[in-house]
Amino acid sequence: MKNKAGLILIVISLFIVGCATTQERLLDSDSSQVQLRSIQTRAFDTTDKEKTLRTIISTLQDLGFVIDKADATLGIVSATKLEHYALRITVTVRPRGETQLLVRANAQYNVTPVTDPEPYQQFFTSLEKAMFLTAHQAD
Amino acid sequence: MNRFFQLSFTVLLLWLISVTGCATIPKDALTLSPETLAQRQIQTRKYQTKDEGKILAACAGLLQDMGFNLDESETKLGVITSSKTRTAVNIGQQAAAVAVVLFGGVYMPTDKEQRMRASVVTRPIGERGEYIAVRVTFQRIVWNTQGQVTTSESLTDPKIYQEFFDKLSKAIFLEAQEI
Repeated sequence: MKNKAGLILIVISLFIVGCATTQERLLDSDSSQVQLRSIQTRAFDTTDKEKTLRTIISTLQDLGFVIDKADATLGIVSATKLEHYALRITVTVRPRGETQLLVRANAQYNVTPVTDPEPYQQFFTSLEKAMFLTAHQAD
Repeated sequence: MNRFFQLSFTVLLLWLISVTGCATIPKDALTLSPETLAQRQIQTRKYQTKDEGKILAACAGLLQDMGFNLDESETKLGVITSSKTRTAVNIGQQAAAVAVVLFGGVYMPTDKEQRMRASVVTRPIGERGEYIAVRVTFQRIVWNTQGQVTTSESLTDPKIYQEFFDKLSKAIFLEAQEI
């Protein structure tokens, strides 16, 4: 009898712990936000937001993504790549000073956020080629 | 016996590597390759016009003809996205599942439905923007009778794209040109 109660207690406590950890995923505040931002961001020497967005869209298509949505006013593009995995990416464009645009990308691979610098570096390398511009580290 | 342990340890290690491998993004997921550029050719045509709005509207109409519902659109960037849900029931697969049960096997879930997505992107090209390039991309996710994803893929058969652009050319009375 005592054994059974103990088992139930363990199961319940597992549930409680499980709930707490999965809810924490909402804000994903375990990784350093400043570091992540610098990994995900590059500056380009242009002020043509629309052209930049169009180039981002065609680069994403070249990389095998299907565009989910785009908004010129907000400067956002979202896209999904399905290749026996699901890779979802959102790219935003906003002005930086008078002469530059900041491009930021964030991606999730299946159910995990992409926090490695390498994939982002690859994305910006592809984008650079299409933009005919150099991507500068933003900080 | 020692050998056996060594072997099982190796198998375990390989399994662990493959499991952790699944959790990280593949190396080539965000790199351009000759294949991706070949895909671009298959998925793109250009039309000699400056009227991007007209082309977009024709694409929207064509997607509707094909049974897609429009999800999002942004005229300023030349983007339309659409999707449809259809049955994915495959007679062959069902027959196989029934046969397995008849011969005393366990019930195998079969493909049930699929969600197909199409997204069209237009952009002016050429030195004076005298052409509009149209690129369409398709993908789909298939679920089985237990609600699990069995396939998630890009649709790359050139025939699909050929047919799409044939129909588009008819809709806008313009000859499609390879890029």
